[in-house]
Amino acid sequence: MSKVIEGLLYSESHEWVKVEDGIAVIGVSDFAQAEMGDITYVDLPSEGDEVEAGEEFGALESVKASSELYSPVSGTVVEVNSELEAAPEKVNEDAYAAWIIKVRMSDESELSALMDAAAYSAIAK
Amino acid sequence: MDQELKTTCLHDEHVALGAKMSPFAGFDMPIQYSGIIDEHNAVRKAAGMFDVSHMGEIFIDGPDAEAFVNHIFTNDVRGLEPGHILYGMMCYPDGGVVDDLLVYKEFESGFLLVVNAANIDKDYEWMKEQVEGYQAEVFNDSDSWGQIALQGPQAEDALVRYFGIEELRELEFYTFYDLEDEDGGRVIVSRTGYTGEDGFEIYASPDNIKDMWAALLEDGIKPCGLGCRDTLRFEAGLPLYGDELSPEISPVMAGLSMFCKLDKPEFIGKDALVKQKAEGVARKLVGIELADKAIPRHGYPVELEDGTVVGEVTTGYHSISLEKSICFALVDSAYSALDTKLYVRIRKNTFPGVVVKKRFYKTNYKK
Repeated sequence: MSKVIEGLLYSESHEWVKVEDGIAVIGVSDFAQAEMGDITYVDLPSEGDEVEAGEEFGALESVKASSELYSPVSGTVVEVNSELEAAPEKVNEDAYAAWIIKVRMSDESELSALMDAAAYSAIAK
Repeated sequence: MDQELKTTCLHDEHVALGAKMSPFAGFDMPIQYSGIIDEHNAVRKAAGMFDVSHMGEIFIDGPDAEAFVNHIFTNDVRGLEPGHILYGMMCYPDGGVVDDLLVYKEFESGFLLVVNAANIDKDYEWMKEQVEGYQAEVFNDSDSWGQIALQGPQAEDALVRYFGIEELRELEFYTFYDLEDEDGGRVIVSRTGYTGEDGFEIYASPDNIKDMWAALLEDGIKPCGLGCRDTLRFEAGLPLYGDELSPEISPVMAGLSMFCKLDKPEFIGKDALVKQKAEGVARKLVGIELADKAIPRHGYPVELEDGTVVGEVTTGYHSISLEKSICFALVDSAYSALDTKLYVRIRKNTFPGVVVKKRFYKTNYKK
């Protein structure tokens, strides 16, 4: 069983969002990392990049395949977790600790389109 | 409509072990158990076992068996000693590849041809069409055989522990022994594999293979899935039919001319391959090593610095054993020389690389 954490919001493409003072901290769910297997490369955007809700912002690569990352919200990338460049396996170790980007949201109402833990648990299997 | 997936004799074992299962070549096969990296490293450093029961076993016998095999096979089986094995291809008249395969010269008479799972039906039909005029019989016995590939530096010890036969250590690379199980059934042990390591492929009845799998598991041999089978063969520079060989990719294009004996009197595809060898081919398979960690994947474009597309990736990984991003790519022959600078387009960016030898990893075969 994959882990779903209360208090986070989730997208259908298996990203999670934690909201902190207008900033969306974004990662991938435990279900997503388990499905991918050993993650060997994280393709990150740059700080200052604009992202759109539902649009691709980077990718995770496992040994076997590449999975695009989709931003759950629109806004500006204010920080990327560059630690993942050298240690992509951190996403496998703890998908909720290994955040990928932080986005200053341009439209917080987009959050209402995301799922809570209970709703996400129903599709993360 | 999807055709129903076939299963191997070890299917229940894979499910019980919690393997991640996926369709491959019409079979529901294990992609990984503990993880591709862990399994890959086990084969490189210790030993691992693969269920390869999906592979096809086609027997050819009769007075003209040797002449017929030599007619459809690019390598030369004339005078091949019993107990010896050759790798090669079956080609179409235009030099395209029907399949790549192993040919075992049997001790009694005839040959065993081991073919790719995805191609069993196609190969069998092809052989039956070509056999007309030869006094030879073609028999597809794939469903009667299970197969385990036991691979890695500790494979020999594990094999000897299982069979209790010390002489198995003497088996040379690309040779095989015939053994008999308790019920008088045939067991073939061959020193072959698809990983770049020393190792064995054991063919036996499904029941026997199930017993062997359980015993090897008990002995601590790591079960390995098709995921690391691909990363291992790729690092060792071995082609996969469908990626590096196909009806469009000839052995000459793939750099496998050494397995095509163009001095044989005849074989299907010979004239085309002789012409390709003499006149050159438009595209060649190369290895490319990237400077970056970004991962080239099948189908990604290979470009020049100015963005001109000169080829595409056939297989690529961030190599587990070498810790670099490397790929096979089919490129315009003008750009196939070693050290040529090429770029691989990965999503929005291009990454620089150089042409290197296809055998990325130094293989450890028992010679």
